Amino acid sequence: MGENLSQPFEKSAMSKDERIQLEREKRIQITAFAFMISLTLLAFIATGSEIIPAVFTVPFIVGLAVIQFFLQLFYFMHLKDKNHAWPNMMMVSGVFLSTPTIIALALLLGETKF
Amino acid sequence: MADNYANTADKSVLWDWLTTVDHKKIAIMYLIAGTLFFVKAGVMALFMRIQLMRPEMEFITGQTFNELITMHGTIMLFLAATPLIFAFMNFAVPLQIGARDVAFPFVNALGFWIFFFGGLLLSVSWFFGGGPDAGWTSYVPLASREHGGLGIDFYVLGLQVSGIGTLVSGINFIVTIINMRAPGMTMMRLPLFVWTTLVVSILIVFAFTPLAAGLALLMLDRIFGGQFFIPGMDGNVVLWQHIFWIFGHPEVYILVLPAFGIISEVIPAFSRKRLFGYSAMVFATLVIAFLGFMVWVHHMFTVGIGPVANSIFAIATMAIAVPTGIKIFNWLFTMWGGKLTFNTAMLCASSFVPTFVLGGVTGVMLAMAPVDHLYHDTYFVVAHFHYIIIGGIVLGLFAALFYWYPKMFGHKLNEALGKWMFWLFYIGFHLTFFVQHILGLIGMQRRIYTYLEGQGMATMNMISTIGTFIMAFAVVLLVFNVVYSAYKSERITERDPWDARTLEWATNTPVPEYNFAQTPQVRSLDPWFYEKVHGDGTMKPAEPLDDIHMPNGSILPFMIGLGLFIGGFGFIMMNMENPIVPPLLVVILGAVLTFGSMGLRSIKEDHGYNIPLERIKKIEKEAS
Amino acid sequence: MADSVDMTKGLPSHPERATLDGKNKFLGFWVFLGGETIMFATFFGTYLGLMSGTADGPTSSDIFSLPLVFIMTMILLTSSLTSVLAMFAMKKNNFKGLMVWMWVTVLLGASFLGLEIYEFYEYYHYGLGYTTSAFASSFYTLVGLHGAHVLFGLGWITTLLIRYRSAGITLTNAPKFYVASLYWHFIDVIWVFIFTVVYLMGVGG
Repeated sequence: MGENLSQPFEKSAMSKDERIQLEREKRIQITAFAFMISLTLLAFIATGSEIIPAVFTVPFIVGLAVIQFFLQLFYFMHLKDKNHAWPNMMMVSGVFLSTPTIIALALLLGETKF
Repeated sequence: MADNYANTADKSVLWDWLTTVDHKKIAIMYLIAGTLFFVKAGVMALFMRIQLMRPEMEFITGQTFNELITMHGTIMLFLAATPLIFAFMNFAVPLQIGARDVAFPFVNALGFWIFFFGGLLLSVSWFFGGGPDAGWTSYVPLASREHGGLGIDFYVLGLQVSGIGTLVSGINFIVTIINMRAPGMTMMRLPLFVWTTLVVSILIVFAFTPLAAGLALLMLDRIFGGQFFIPGMDGNVVLWQHIFWIFGHPEVYILVLPAFGIISEVIPAFSRKRLFGYSAMVFATLVIAFLGFMVWVHHMFTVGIGPVANSIFAIATMAIAVPTGIKIFNWLFTMWGGKLTFNTAMLCASSFVPTFVLGGVTGVMLAMAPVDHLYHDTYFVVAHFHYIIIGGIVLGLFAALFYWYPKMFGHKLNEALGKWMFWLFYIGFHLTFFVQHILGLIGMQRRIYTYLEGQGMATMNMISTIGTFIMAFAVVLLVFNVVYSAYKSERITERDPWDARTLEWATNTPVPEYNFAQTPQVRSLDPWFYEKVHGDGTMKPAEPLDDIHMPNGSILPFMIGLGLFIGGFGFIMMNMENPIVPPLLVVILGAVLTFGSMGLRSIKEDHGYNIPLERIKKIEKEAS
Repeated sequence: MADSVDMTKGLPSHPERATLDGKNKFLGFWVFLGGETIMFATFFGTYLGLMSGTADGPTSSDIFSLPLVFIMTMILLTSSLTSVLAMFAMKKNNFKGLMVWMWVTVLLGASFLGLEIYEFYEYYHYGLGYTTSAFASSFYTLVGLHGAHVLFGLGWITTLLIRYRSAGITLTNAPKFYVASLYWHFIDVIWVFIFTVVYLMGVGG
């Protein structure tokens, strides 16, 4: 009952399999982190130097940001795991509704007619 | 922790209501607060109609008229319709899904108190030089720091605070419906009112956050000199319109979808048939919610965004008529061939259908971008949205009140008075608003405080005002009915006075604080009706009778709301001529109160209390 | 709804969702993050709409310094990793690991916030006040709101760390730590878009 909810545990109930699974998960997370760092580096280099033509810089770095966005959500925030159907629904809806919002506020301010 | 059980019994009444986290009590608080705001805004409408009764009336000044239109719209949408809907959601949803309470009882109370203090903050504007006067949409530059008075600051901060309350309540409902359902209550067995509550709560989460952002921008503009809306500093006024309507259009669906849900509960109950096309209804709700986010620019057709953008949004708007049509036909087919009982609840619910169709048809007319240039900002628009809001939401709320009243208060409302109320209201409503369509088409502008003789508007305005008085009389009759029934109406002890279909009617009347002594096992859609027909007329229990764990009450929600009120007032004081105390001090006081209470809540672990088994047995025995 | 905890078996492998209360907190917080997404989208949209409106004040390419932003980005990304490591420790009932990694997260977050304040101070002295132009207002509002989120997160996590400094991992505090770490990741997600859309596009776009 209620009393036990504030009590620490002596040990973990994790089985050996679960432990191995967790260690593997940890390695994946660290790999994801390394990947994110390199994406960030790439974005900064692409902007700071002239490696890719200036016209492509914006779509390129926005694309990198989107990849990082998914890495964060699916790996660091565990959206890829099971039992995350409703969180996924909320985030997908949020992103889906954010898109027209951003586009409208950026473009449809009456300065250029569409 | 059975020893501290006594803590609900020996509280004073006032302390009990200030600290309660019981969803049924919070529902009643929402109902009372919403009714008070409803009456207040209704009286404002009466004043406006008196002013417009004859040409060149001098009942109130143009400035007062502007303040009245603004407050009427703002209060009706944010502080009357929303809490009244929340009242029924709070009461019915946990019962309908077979839960003991909502997922976060504390947050539920928090939502109420924050909403309440936000409404209070908006309302005190009358004592500080007059209410906001830029219309409920508060368009800049009218509302910017260059042109808007102190009233706008009350609008911004009041809505910001009450919006937080609405947002946290929305989150609470989503989690409740997803996590707290009784065994067997699958998503496709949820009553339609629960479905619409879920969808509306999702809309709240996605619509009230842009509103919070927009209000923050307006506040930064007005109080801290931000340049978002000042064209001379490269700001843009259309920005506000976009953000407002990104929130504002879903807001319409936030209000009307629960009414759809109520109608979908009341019509089957009094047609003695299951809802026709249940899955189509669920699907239509989802489609309406989705499309509701993709159409906001139809409020801005005349801004001059461009023909392609206007066309896209016009088509999306017209598409909403399709799922709404599905719903209309499903209600008609539910009634078709049913054994109809026309009591007050059913009268309101069934007359909702044709009224709503009228409002919907004018909606499609307004969606056509080219002709909208003629309709825009005329009384045609006023007539259109009042057909939706009164013909849709208010009739739905009346139906809900009469339908759930016996469960909430233990006695029915008087039927004779109720029917008088309905007919007077219905006739008064059409008298008021039908002629406004024509007034709009002959060119009467919205938000205009008077008109001239010889413009052909005098007769119709007079009719409209007479209708308003009939409606007002009907509302007085309803209030009288509530008082009369409280004294004269027969007490109800049976579970199910309407012979209805859903789980809330399986509980004892009055509903004990734990709702269900044993969590019910749900075996079908309309589970209570299923057990009455196929079972022995009682719900099958899904767990043995045992101690019941309940959350403790807390004063912290009240304190957090009070803190936000004080903090918000402090921000407004920054724009006052000579504040008596330094505004920053007031803001800090509010912040300390709010964040201090939040911290206290976080630090103190509160696992609630148990109602012992003997006591549950005693309560259950008394009730049966 | 009686949550009976079997203490003998040990800490469940998902302590944050072992009780109904934990499940509710978990889902409720995700719902909140969904709402935050579109709130930030509104501020991003405002910034994109007004970013060219500099009203004769400094423009973005005049003032932004990429090296500073790069350091800030690295700090915040690393703090995201440390809070992930804290969650791994929590799942294994390693209370000390949880505490250490969370404190590291707080320190990294605080240094990020310090750099951001320094950055704003620099811009202000370069001539970009809050009221200079629509660009300035929307820039400070967007980045400042993110900073306010960082500040709130720091206060929140610090409160948790002090409150539970010697409590061990329980089924009550595990959801709290988990939710706080979700919040921290979300701050990082927002920053990814801020450094891309505001800084990189402002300098080279």
